[in-house]
Amino acid sequence: MEKLDGNVLAGHLADVLGWDATGADARCMHCGKHGAVALAVVYASAMGTVARCAHCDSVLAVFVDGDHGRTWFGMPGIAALEMTR
Amino acid sequence: MSSRRPAAWHVATVVDSRPETPTARRIELDVPTWPGNDAGSHLDVRLTAPDGYQATRSYSIASAGDGTHVVLAVDELPDGEVSPFLVHDLRAGDQLELHGPLGAFFVWSPPAPGDIPPPVQLIAGGSGVVPLYAMAAAHAASSDAAEFRLLYSVRTPEDVFFREELTALAAGTPALPVDFVYTRRAPAGWPAAPARITGDLLDAATLPAASEPLVYVCGPTPFVEVVAGWLIDAGHEPGNVRTERFGGS
Amino acid sequence: MSFITRGFSGRRGDRDPHLPPGQTLVHDWPVLSAGPTPHIETADWEFVVRTENGARTWSWEELRALGIEDITTDIHCVTHWTKLQMPWRGVSLDRIWESVETEHEYVMAHSYGGYTTNVPLEDLLDGKSWIAFEADGEPLDPEHGGPARLLVPHLYFWKSAKWIQGLVTMPTDEPGFWEQNGYHLHGDPWQEERYW
Repeated sequence: MEKLDGNVLAGHLADVLGWDATGADARCMHCGKHGAVALAVVYASAMGTVARCAHCDSVLAVFVDGDHGRTWFGMPGIAALEMTR
Repeated sequence: MSSRRPAAWHVATVVDSRPETPTARRIELDVPTWPGNDAGSHLDVRLTAPDGYQATRSYSIASAGDGTHVVLAVDELPDGEVSPFLVHDLRAGDQLELHGPLGAFFVWSPPAPGDIPPPVQLIAGGSGVVPLYAMAAAHAASSDAAEFRLLYSVRTPEDVFFREELTALAAGTPALPVDFVYTRRAPAGWPAAPARITGDLLDAATLPAASEPLVYVCGPTPFVEVVAGWLIDAGHEPGNVRTERFGGS
Repeated sequence: MSFITRGFSGRRGDRDPHLPPGQTLVHDWPVLSAGPTPHIETADWEFVVRTENGARTWSWEELRALGIEDITTDIHCVTHWTKLQMPWRGVSLDRIWESVETEHEYVMAHSYGGYTTNVPLEDLLDGKSWIAFEADGEPLDPEHGGPARLLVPHLYFWKSAKWIQGLVTMPTDEPGFWEQNGYHLHGDPWQEERYW
């Protein structure tokens, strides 16, 4: 059981989005505060990786790596993610 | 989106693997498709067992720049699943699946011509020195004139990563000041008794907030959070303090 | 593109014919969490059951007064570890349900801190679940779900919600936290109901 930060999301985000979004600005849907994805508080265990807002603890995103190469990605708490063109 | 070095999955071949500390190993990889990486980047190693089970873990990269030679320094976590395998079972010639380079936030690149770079304070706890060593080495290899300092908290002298390289950087031109904090056992003749880092020691050994340095802190989560808190208390702007938390204590 | 990594065998531990498929026996007790550990004093602790007919609340003392039993059971985590014959102490859901009336057939368990997991009512009753206060002869540590957690040992252990706060009945089976994120709605280890 590890408490980490959003830097560890880089690989999962690159798989999903095709680019490393840890430097991107993300807004929390619950409290409205925004900051780099890398600043999220991340709880990582064999169940899955849960990224939470550093200000209000709401769930921003969830990654679950299942068996046979299946992975689930949910972004229930990110209202918007800034992309740099 | 417009990344010079997009992340991708690669096949790496182990070129060399040797002890770095009593619990860590330096692993040198040849990665033909590697696009190069910024200092501070990490990569994900994915292991696959015969029954299809996979385990993925992130490791900071000790090397930086262009080229296809990638260096890792992996510390064994006592209850780890991947690190014991990398430290004990990996052999030259083995192949590994890697995802990288990763890390858009906790990276340092030499400034562009014409940019005035800020001074940089590196603060490492244990194996958190790996990405910070990469930054210090990349800085030394560039023509960047900004002041760099490293504060390195470590348990014992034997646990120091990249000792020879850090000694060379400390003696280089410009010299990299490296301040060690020994928390369990210090070298013979060390002026201080072994002790954990304190706020006062941090103030004494790091660039002051008034110089507006970029500060990179890396290590176990409790170490990073305590140090980052002290930095903010000392007046560093939160936006100037970049943190990367490792698992383990 | 993945290839088998030479020399990597994955999970260690003993295989035992008494284990459900894909499980490995362990002797420690791993902690897996999705967020910060809540810290609830028993003086402030309440347990609520809410149905279409209203709600009923028990304090720490009131719930324990319903009758605490000793339970010895195996527990199975979907992340492939199993502990055999673990001693627990708690109050059977059957005792609690004596004061509950509902037509609903499903339940959402709610935890202090916001965690949720869904369980069919028939998987909670008839001696299948407890509100548990002790494990391995000790009061439950916060990191293992103390002061009280739901204990539903015949399903994968993510259904045994830590820091249990209450149960809300539902007419249909709705997914809780992990179930929304890839995990199976039911979670029977003997059928290997791990993921969607």
